[in-house]
Amino acid sequence: MPSTLKLSQLAVGRRAVVFSFPGQGPAMVRLREMGVLPGTAITLVRTAPLGDPLEIQVRGYSLTLRKSEAEHVLVEPTEES
Amino acid sequence: MTDPGQIPPAPARTPVYALVGNPNSGKSTLFNALTGLKQKVGNYPGVTVEKKVGTTYSQHGRPITVIDLPGTYSLAARSPDEGVVRDVLLGRRADTAQPDRLVCIVDATNLERNLYLVHQLLDLGRPAILVLNMMDLTAPAGLNLRVARLEHELGIPVIPCEAVNGKGLLELRLAMSRADLPLSRHRWEIPPAIAPAVAELQASLIENDGKQPLIARAEALLLLTDQDPVRVAGSTPLSEPTAGMLEGWKRRWQGEGVDWSGILVNSRYEAIGRLCAEVVQRAARASPAISDRIDAVVVHPVWGWLVLGVIMTALFLSIFTLAEYPMDAIDAGFAAAGGWVKHAMAPGDLRDLITDGAIAGVGGVVTFLPQILILFFFIGLLESTGYMARAAFIMDRVMSRVGLNGKSFIPLLSSYACAIPGIMATRTIEDPRDRLTTILVAPLMSCSARLPVYLLMIAALLPGDRVSVGTKVSLMLLMYALGTGGAFGFAWLFKKSLLKGAPPLMIMELPPYRLPRMKDVLLQMLERASLFLRKAGTVILGISIVLWFLTTYPKPAGPATPEQQIAHSFAGTAGRVLEPVIKPLGFDWRIGIGLVSSFAAREVFVSSMAVIFSADNYEGGKHGDVTPVRQSLAAARWPDGARLFTPLVCLTLMVYYVFAMQCVSTVAVVKRETNSWRWPLFQVAYMTGTAWLVCLVIYQAGRALGF
Repeated sequence: MPSTLKLSQLAVGRRAVVFSFPGQGPAMVRLREMGVLPGTAITLVRTAPLGDPLEIQVRGYSLTLRKSEAEHVLVEPTEES
Repeated sequence: MTDPGQIPPAPARTPVYALVGNPNSGKSTLFNALTGLKQKVGNYPGVTVEKKVGTTYSQHGRPITVIDLPGTYSLAARSPDEGVVRDVLLGRRADTAQPDRLVCIVDATNLERNLYLVHQLLDLGRPAILVLNMMDLTAPAGLNLRVARLEHELGIPVIPCEAVNGKGLLELRLAMSRADLPLSRHRWEIPPAIAPAVAELQASLIENDGKQPLIARAEALLLLTDQDPVRVAGSTPLSEPTAGMLEGWKRRWQGEGVDWSGILVNSRYEAIGRLCAEVVQRAARASPAISDRIDAVVVHPVWGWLVLGVIMTALFLSIFTLAEYPMDAIDAGFAAAGGWVKHAMAPGDLRDLITDGAIAGVGGVVTFLPQILILFFFIGLLESTGYMARAAFIMDRVMSRVGLNGKSFIPLLSSYACAIPGIMATRTIEDPRDRLTTILVAPLMSCSARLPVYLLMIAALLPGDRVSVGTKVSLMLLMYALGTGGAFGFAWLFKKSLLKGAPPLMIMELPPYRLPRMKDVLLQMLERASLFLRKAGTVILGISIVLWFLTTYPKPAGPATPEQQIAHSFAGTAGRVLEPVIKPLGFDWRIGIGLVSSFAAREVFVSSMAVIFSADNYEGGKHGDVTPVRQSLAAARWPDGARLFTPLVCLTLMVYYVFAMQCVSTVAVVKRETNSWRWPLFQVAYMTGTAWLVCLVIYQAGRALGF
């Protein structure tokens, strides 16, 4: 079992690979349609000035999502090289 | 699967192309470049989604119809905009013919995600063209696209393009002129877990819903991704057998724990991944992209606020102050036109109808144009540069406190100048409940038309010419704070009750920064202005003429002063009828006339008061000196000799104007933007009701406290 954590807990600047979506619902479908799928590499670029929403880099573009949405995404941080 | 040999014959009538693509893919620029000014903007009946149709010409000069569908990320709709795209493409709308062919536009620098929609589109079984837009940006991004390879894999024309400077347009037009436009030969395997369901649904759609086989397959696939299908008014629903079958499969999968929609999305992305591995060659990028460097400042925890503050101040000041010059010129122009007609025509009812009814009414409509033009110029700039998404990103946390998202920020801010452009700007909010909530509370933000009322009441409230500026300013700020608090409070309330729903998503792309394209910005600005004139202007004009009639007729017999005349009119009668209702607020029937007549526009209250209380030498206009009116108000008495405009009454009146919906133009625009009379009427009721209640509390409490 790899060490996973919620996307909302990932530190700014860290890279990770999406592990799974424990939750269901339209937000998760849309997130996947935007290319965030199990196995996809992402980087948490920054948070908005007030700490929420988050900006991630995925498949070469920038995507925002709220922390409440990021809680339903499990990721596996990649070792920093 | 499609038989590639089975190419549908070229349509004999004017071919209809749908232009489809992700937001920020340059779709509008391409549409404008293809059709120029040959565009018609309307509405899809029953929904507030804009319908844009234009005409372009084939290489032989034959007309081709192009429908510009709203930008969408997926056919599994999450908003009315996306629902319309889905339903037009699937031929579910009676008001729009199913397009014969597709032009799919993608951002070449972001191929993978853009191809997701294309992948869904190719399933539709329509001949298609793929436009790779922004090809010039691929090399700086370290990308090399093998276009020929992509064309080979998909089996449809793939056209590299730079819509901004017209490169690739000729090739696109040539492709669109082809009679033998092929179907895609791209194949992907439907995941085995859901394949039986797709086959069953497809068969049912053909048999029970009268669909063609290919469309039926595409629709079957779509039904399985659409977890929470957005239903759009004016679209044909599924037949009962099909809907039942769909429900059956969903229940079965839920029981078995099959993540059906996830499986489908995964398999599409897998197919796209294989495609991109063949087509996209990545070079290591030497330096971070320009957008990243800009964002390091623009959404920085400290500098971000500064940038936002500067941009919003510029936007706000220009609608608030810059618009004043053309607005004054328009007022003066219409006043001059009225004066000229008055001079040229013999006195009589017809002359008054033309000057005080029609010309003044048209002037009242046109006077909004400068603010609308300026705001939409700014919005166009912010959208096309990519800053709009950043502003929403920064403000989302604040707006989410009341259940809205960051996109409501600019419409609400603009409403401080005027609710009309503010409400028109809510089109950028996709979620219909958020949009409606924003529309409903926008008029509570104190607009510039309330200023003359506030100024007059502050003058009357604080007699003496040497009232400290501080007192005036703090009273003014109090009114702005009340309005803003009211707007947020009601937004929270509406989102908790009336317009309850899932919290709006903030899953949004932050597009790379780009230079704005002036032609597109100006075109959009003019489009907004013309829509306002055609759709809202006519309603505003009509209501203004009715209000003019009500304040003018019936006329007293014999000569009368303006004061006697208005007291004798329907408005005067209305004021007297209203008196029992507004007396608990400390208002008499003459103030009632002011309330009735200023329903045309809030600032009319000042001139009404001037007429009713027969202020001498009152010049009128926005910049008219209120001193004579103030003096007349100070002299006004109740029949028992008590002072009418006590400080408490003045304060209560100001608060009344903070909350009450005293603006026909807003009513007309809300009607146009929500496509019904239900919401504007609800708005009038809740705002005016709140105004009455709050004023009742203030006045009665004030009286009890001895003011």
